[in-house]
Amino acid sequence: MADNKIRVALTGNPNVGKTTLFNVITGSKQHVGNWPGVTVEKKSGFKIYKGYEIEVIDLPGTYSLTAYSLDEVVARDFIVDEKPDVVIQIVDATNIERNLYLTTQLMELGSKMIIALNMYDLAEERGDKLNVEKMKEILAMPVVCTIASDNVGISELLDTVISEKQKDDHHAWRIGYGDEIESKILEIEKVLSQDSELASKYPLRWLAVRLLDGDENILNKISGSIIASEIKNILASLDIEEYEALMADKRYECINALFPQMCERCMTRMTTSDMIDRVMTNKYLGIPIFLALMWGAFELTFSFASPFMTIVEKIFLWLGEMAAIHIHPDWLASLLGEGIIGGVGSVFSFIPNIFILFFLLSLLEDSGYLARAAFIVDRIMYKIGLQGKSFIPMLLGFGCNVPAIMATRSIEDRMDRMATIMVLPFISCGARLPIYILFAGTFFSKNAGTVIFCIYLLGILVAVTSAKLLRTTTLKGHPAPFILELPPYRIPTIKNGIRHMWDNGSMYIKKAGTIIMGGSVVIWLLAALPWGVEYGSENSFIGIIGHSIQPLLGPLGFDWKISVSLLFGFVAKEIVVASLGVLYGVGDDHFALTDSLLADPNMHSITALSLMVFSLLYMPCIAVVGIIKKETGSWKWTAFSIAYGLIVAWLLAFVVFQGGMLLI
Amino acid sequence: MVESTLNDLRPGEKARIVKVLAKGTVRRKLMDMGMVPGSEVEVVRTAPLGDPIEFRIKGYSLSMRKQEAANIVVETIA
Repeated sequence: MADNKIRVALTGNPNVGKTTLFNVITGSKQHVGNWPGVTVEKKSGFKIYKGYEIEVIDLPGTYSLTAYSLDEVVARDFIVDEKPDVVIQIVDATNIERNLYLTTQLMELGSKMIIALNMYDLAEERGDKLNVEKMKEILAMPVVCTIASDNVGISELLDTVISEKQKDDHHAWRIGYGDEIESKILEIEKVLSQDSELASKYPLRWLAVRLLDGDENILNKISGSIIASEIKNILASLDIEEYEALMADKRYECINALFPQMCERCMTRMTTSDMIDRVMTNKYLGIPIFLALMWGAFELTFSFASPFMTIVEKIFLWLGEMAAIHIHPDWLASLLGEGIIGGVGSVFSFIPNIFILFFLLSLLEDSGYLARAAFIVDRIMYKIGLQGKSFIPMLLGFGCNVPAIMATRSIEDRMDRMATIMVLPFISCGARLPIYILFAGTFFSKNAGTVIFCIYLLGILVAVTSAKLLRTTTLKGHPAPFILELPPYRIPTIKNGIRHMWDNGSMYIKKAGTIIMGGSVVIWLLAALPWGVEYGSENSFIGIIGHSIQPLLGPLGFDWKISVSLLFGFVAKEIVVASLGVLYGVGDDHFALTDSLLADPNMHSITALSLMVFSLLYMPCIAVVGIIKKETGSWKWTAFSIAYGLIVAWLLAFVVFQGGMLLI
Repeated sequence: MVESTLNDLRPGEKARIVKVLAKGTVRRKLMDMGMVPGSEVEVVRTAPLGDPIEFRIKGYSLSMRKQEAANIVVETIA
């Protein structure tokens, strides 16, 4: 690597301002992607500074590097395998003691390290006396004070990065584990050193420590080596669980001995946060405040976004009309207008929703309230086989399932996250409402509100039952243990909110957009071919498919027109209404459609009910399928979600229709 | 000094951790978060529905369910 290029990895506990520091250093030169093979988000960025090209990689926030979670494995593997020039650990100056635990583990990785003592202003404000010089001396590494949110200490940090890069030596300081463990470390190290390839790749002491710590991940790493069986024999003769505890003790013992020298008068109380929490998580006020905040966020997202949604819809409508007028031949106009512009437009109309939602979510998260929300609702969610962090995605699902599924990223445990993603499509999103309004309004005019309410309730019920079911079958087991830090309350910054909104929003546009574009074209082709038929008519492929699947849907009371509409509904569920309009030959006229439906001898209240139930539950729309694939990283789970939805929808609609027919 | 488990303490009570009975990943996670023998813990409050519980340890707030707390043996301190 050229000498003016420096690779820097950012590490640190969650909630220490790591993302803020990353943003301050790299500005707009960022790239967001995934770590290879896993769904953990990878952020990297560049900074040109004093003639150096500094590449900054933002590692996932972790409390430790013991490979408890995917995040920890990703962070650790990057440092060990990719060997960045410098590792910066961001340490929360108000919580040094716990942050140092990660430091003790990072030091063993053998990289050059710098501590960025972030938010030191907050520590000083509350009266802590930090001895930074002593800290440098004890840890034998540079310590730079920063206030990332105010851009303080950043150039000093970058200067330190450059000077560290030029140094040859490594940090010598490390934890001593006591005679007994040290002798075992030496023994294992000696065996490991026989494999020269291993020795050139990893620091051997670190490997030995990790093995004694019962790290399965490392055991896998050395499984191909000639010394693997010898190592296994040594480990088998030891009580690894005992060693693990002893080593953690030693690390904390070290910290306990050194910490008072670094911080002479450190407060251990978070007075302001505690005062806020006396209200926010109060026995009586906690839940009403939580509900009010959630309702507020929800209301703001969907009412504030609705004028913007109308604008986006109008733009696409106008584009479609323009295509119809100005583009020849007609089939191309139709492909562009009805196919691509129509399909993409229906998805783009959710963009205002998604942007506002992620902005608010970011404010809630950065303020520290999101952790409290999980704390408050965990008990209820645990009962249905999920956990506290599943609640917010479920709530968002009522608006649109796409951002809801994206929001499940905050759930660390993969099983918990999968279960949440799988049940989310049953939460009735806003796009399904037009179907209910049409059919409940037409066939249950007096009780329309009650009927729609019951449909929503049914969605929740199916979601809850499915969660329970999944937890006893495919995703067997209890929800992961709930061990969650409640970080101090902080004032969120608008800047971070906007960045978060932009990152997630643009990802939605990019990823969902491509799949939807493809899906729209396929649906259009099916509706427009064979050559010369009227778009979406009985003779088009989709009409033919509608006819051929009609026997399957007949037991639910659906004729071919409804079957075709449901196929169209795959693009976006509100299209069911629009395509019924086309099939009944009334266009977009709501009242005309109501009259036609009432006049149709095949349609009556039981059919309407069955159709509403089916629309609620049948496979997620194409945007949701796209996002499920992206977030689960698995076609198998995506296929499961589609199949499961179809089966549940069919069964329940069957019960409604056949049961209803018996009662009449 | 009375030995009990962490889930039995009431808000405001302080204790010192004697032993962590949890196994596997839960044990590791607890250790990572500072729940190791010798550490001082204070019960801050329970969630509005009675579970989980919020603790103060090493100067920060940590919450966990009662079932996790039941695996931590403590001795109460005044």
